[in-house]
Amino acid sequence: MALPATINIHVDEPLKAKDYRSDITPTWCPGCGDFGVVGALAKAYADQKYNPNAVTTVSGIGCSSRLPLWMNSFGIHSCHGRAVPVAVGAHLARPEMPVVVTIGDGDCFSIGAGHIGPPARRNMNITVIVMDNGTFALTKNQNSPLSRTGLPGTLASGLGNLDSPLNPIELMITYGATFVAQTYSANAKHMGATLNAALSHQGFSYVNVLSPCPTYNKVDTFAYFRPRIHDINESGEHTDTGNRAAALAKAAELYNHHHSDTAPVPVGVYYQVQKPVYMENVRKVQQYYKATSNPDWNAILDWFKP
Amino acid sequence: MAIDLTIKVAGEGGEGVISSGDFIMQAATRAGMEVMTFKSFPAEIKGGYALSQVRISDRKILSQGDGFNILVAFNGEAYEVNKGLLKPGTIMVWDGPHGGDFEPEEHEGVQMFAVPMSDIAKNTLRNYLFKNMVAMGAVIELFGLPEDSLKSSIHDKFIKKGQDIVDSNYQAIELGRQWIRDNYPGRKVAHTFPASAKQKDVIILEGNEAIALGAAMAGARFYGAYPITPATSVGNHLVKLLHHTGGVVYQTEDEISALATVIGASFTGVKALTATSGPGISLMQELIGLAIMSEVPIVIADIQRGGPSTGMPTKHDQSDLFACTLGSHGDAPRIVMAVADVHDCVYLTIDAFNLAETYQSPVMLLSDASLSIQTECIPRPDMSKVTLVERLFATPPAEGEKFNRYQITATGVSPMGAPGIPGTNYAATGLEHSEDSGPRTNTETRNAMTEKRWRKFDNIEDAYTPIEREGEAGDDLGIIAWGMTQAVTREAVARLRAQGHKVSALYPKMLWPLPKKQIEAFAASVRRVVVPEANFQGQFADLIKMRSNVTPIKFNAYRGEPLIPREIENMALELLKTDKAPARVAIR
Repeated sequence: MALPATINIHVDEPLKAKDYRSDITPTWCPGCGDFGVVGALAKAYADQKYNPNAVTTVSGIGCSSRLPLWMNSFGIHSCHGRAVPVAVGAHLARPEMPVVVTIGDGDCFSIGAGHIGPPARRNMNITVIVMDNGTFALTKNQNSPLSRTGLPGTLASGLGNLDSPLNPIELMITYGATFVAQTYSANAKHMGATLNAALSHQGFSYVNVLSPCPTYNKVDTFAYFRPRIHDINESGEHTDTGNRAAALAKAAELYNHHHSDTAPVPVGVYYQVQKPVYMENVRKVQQYYKATSNPDWNAILDWFKP
Repeated sequence: MAIDLTIKVAGEGGEGVISSGDFIMQAATRAGMEVMTFKSFPAEIKGGYALSQVRISDRKILSQGDGFNILVAFNGEAYEVNKGLLKPGTIMVWDGPHGGDFEPEEHEGVQMFAVPMSDIAKNTLRNYLFKNMVAMGAVIELFGLPEDSLKSSIHDKFIKKGQDIVDSNYQAIELGRQWIRDNYPGRKVAHTFPASAKQKDVIILEGNEAIALGAAMAGARFYGAYPITPATSVGNHLVKLLHHTGGVVYQTEDEISALATVIGASFTGVKALTATSGPGISLMQELIGLAIMSEVPIVIADIQRGGPSTGMPTKHDQSDLFACTLGSHGDAPRIVMAVADVHDCVYLTIDAFNLAETYQSPVMLLSDASLSIQTECIPRPDMSKVTLVERLFATPPAEGEKFNRYQITATGVSPMGAPGIPGTNYAATGLEHSEDSGPRTNTETRNAMTEKRWRKFDNIEDAYTPIEREGEAGDDLGIIAWGMTQAVTREAVARLRAQGHKVSALYPKMLWPLPKKQIEAFAASVRRVVVPEANFQGQFADLIKMRSNVTPIKFNAYRGEPLIPREIENMALELLKTDKAPARVAIR
C-alpha cells in the first residue's frame, strides 16, 4: 500500500501503559534502574495518548538502548552514539510524528557527544531521555563521562576514574535545549510528571534520569540516592525555570554530592523556555521556495534551460 | 563536415577562467551547438592554476576529448603547463604583447594572437576583473562565437547587479574585438565555431546538479549532508529543488550524522539521500551496515576524489570502488552504480532510488570530481516517461495477526511497516533479528536472515540491465569501462572501429552485485579483456576477477586527471599488435 499522507498522532480512546510495551522480555539485570524508565515512558505515552503506530522511539547501543525493543511503538535501535541524528532524520521527514530518544550516558556524552549539541541549538522538536547510570554496563563496567571521580572501571587506573564528571544539565542548557530536567528512576511519580512535561514541550527536551546500575556501579545506588533525592521545584528553591542564569547557577550544584556525603541529589525542571522550533524555520524556507506537493515539472525543468 | 572544436581557457584561479568557460559554454548552447566542459581548479579559494575547457560540436559529444584546438592563456603558468600541447594546427590567444607576465617561445605551425587583456582591463577599463571579458571579445572576433548569444548569457548573469555592470562587460568585449580588428586585420584562423542554429530543446547541467535533479525527479524528500569537496554542490542544488517539492535539506554536524539522518528519514517511509566524497564514505561505513541490517532503502552519492586520506580534494579518481562495494564490516550486501556523464547523473540517480526501494537496500552511486563540474546539455527530460518505484509497504495485518517486518520471503524482500500504516510498527535493529525484528543469535535465524539479505540480489542482474555492448563476437579486444572512463572509452572505441580495428566494449552501469553473466559472456566473445580505470590497483578489474571467471588486463591512470580517448586508443593499439595478455599496460 502507499504511504499514508497523514498520520493519526493520537489514539481516540486512551490506551494503558502496558499497551505500549512489546511482548519481548527485557534482558536487563534484576534491579536495574531502567525498568523504572521503560515503565514510566510507557505510562507517559499513554498519558500523551500517542498512537503506537506513530510515536517513534530511537536508541543507540548499550543496556538502556535496548529500550525501544521492549516498547510497542515504531523503534530504531541504531548504532552506538548515533541515535540523536537518526531521530532528527525521522523527525524532519515526518515532523508531525513524536520522536523520543532513549539512550545511556556513555552513548550520549562519549561516542555520541558530537551529535547532541546541534539539534539542541536548533531547537529540534524531539525528546532525549538519557538513562544515567554513570557506567558503560553492557561492556561490563568502564567509566563514562558522567562517572564520578574514583569510580572503578576496567579501563580506568587501579585508582578508579581519574576524570571529573561532566555536568549534563549545564551542558544541555548551554547547547540551547529549551527543556532541561533531571529525574530519578525509582520515583515513578516525579519521573512520570517530568517525562510528560518533556513530551509536551514544543522544542528540544532533555531529561537526565538517574537510573542506577546495581551490577557495576556500587556507589550511585538506590540506597545512596533514596535519602538524598531533593526536588528543587517543589522545595521552592528553583521556580524561575525560564531564567537561564538562574538555571545554570542551580545546575552548577548538581554534583555537590560527589564531594559531600550530606549534599542532596537534585531532581526537577532546571530550564524551560519557548522558542521557535527548527521545523518552523524549515516551513519558512519551504514557503520561500513555493513548496507544493504537486510540482509542475515543466516549470522546474525550465530552471535548467540554457 | 562536422565541427569539433575545443577551447581551453587557463590561468590563475579567481581571474575569471572558470566563468569564461561557462560563458562560452552557455553562449554555444544558446546558439544551438552541443557542448561539454571540463574544469579543474585547486582546492584553495584564490590562486593556483585553473582551467576551463569547452568542447563544442554540431554533433553529440562523447567525452572531453584529447586536448584543445584553441588555448586562451591568461598568464605564464597557463602557458608553461600547456605549451607541450601546442601542436601544429592549434591556436593560442595570450596575454601580450605587453602587460602580461610572459613571452611565449616560437611554436611551429601554431597561430598566435597577442591580446593585452590585462593591460586593457587595468589601464583602459580601470578594473582587472574585466580581463576575461576582453579575452572573450578576442575569441568572438577570431573564431565566430555568436556575439548575441554570448551577450545574452552575460546579460542574464549580471543584470541583477545593474545595467551599468552589463554595459561595462559589453564594453570590455568590444575592446577585445577592436584589438583583433586593429592588429590582425583579415587574418584567417584554422578553427571556427559551428554556425548558429536553432537552440535545441535541452537543459544544461553540471554533474552534481544533474544528480540533484535526478533525486528530486525520483521523489526524494530528504537530503542530509555535511560539506565536502567535490560533493557539496549536490546539496546546493537540492536546496531549491527539495524545498520546492516539500522536502528538507539538512546540514548535519558530520558525515556520520548525515547518513544517520538519511536512515531515520527513510525509516519513516520517505525517500532520502546523502552525497559525500571519500573521507565521508569512510565515516559512513558503520551506518551503511545499519541500513543493510535493518533493510532501510537509502541512496549515497559518492563524488570520488583523489585519496587516501585528504588526498587531492578537487582531483579526479575512481578509487572508492572497493570502499563502496566491500566496505563496512560483516557480510554486507549492497548495490553500487557508476555514472559516466551528465545524462547518467539524472537517470541513474532515478534508477538508484528505484533500486533502493525495490531491494530495501543502500545504493552507492559513484561519480567523480571531474564529472561533478562537467557541464553538458541533455535533451529535456520527459517526466511522463520516467518510471518511479515505490517501496513495498506492508498492509495492516488482520485482527489478531502479528506484523513481521522481516518475514522470510522467496525474493528476500519483505513488506515494510511505516508510521501511519496501522499495526505495522516494529523496532528496526542493527542486531541480528528474527522475522518479528526481535534480537536473536540462534543458528537457524542467523542463517535464514543472512541468506535472506543476500537472496534479494540473486536475480538483480536479470532484473536491472542498463548495460551496453559495442562491437561483435570474435573481436580481438574487449574493453570494460565504468564511470566517466566509459565516456572516454566510447570515443576511443568509435575511432578504433572507424580505423577497422576489431574492438568491442562493455559499459556496465551497475557494478555491484557484479553483472557476472554479462561480463563472462562478453569476455567469452572477445579474445582479451582490458579494464581501463582511474585508480592504481585496478579495482574493478580485481572485482571482476574475484566474482567471475574473467581476469582482465589492467590499464590505470591515478594522476588526478581522467584518462583521455587517445590514451585508451594507444593502449588498444598496443594490445592489438600482439596476442599477449599482460597483467597491466602502461600509459602512453
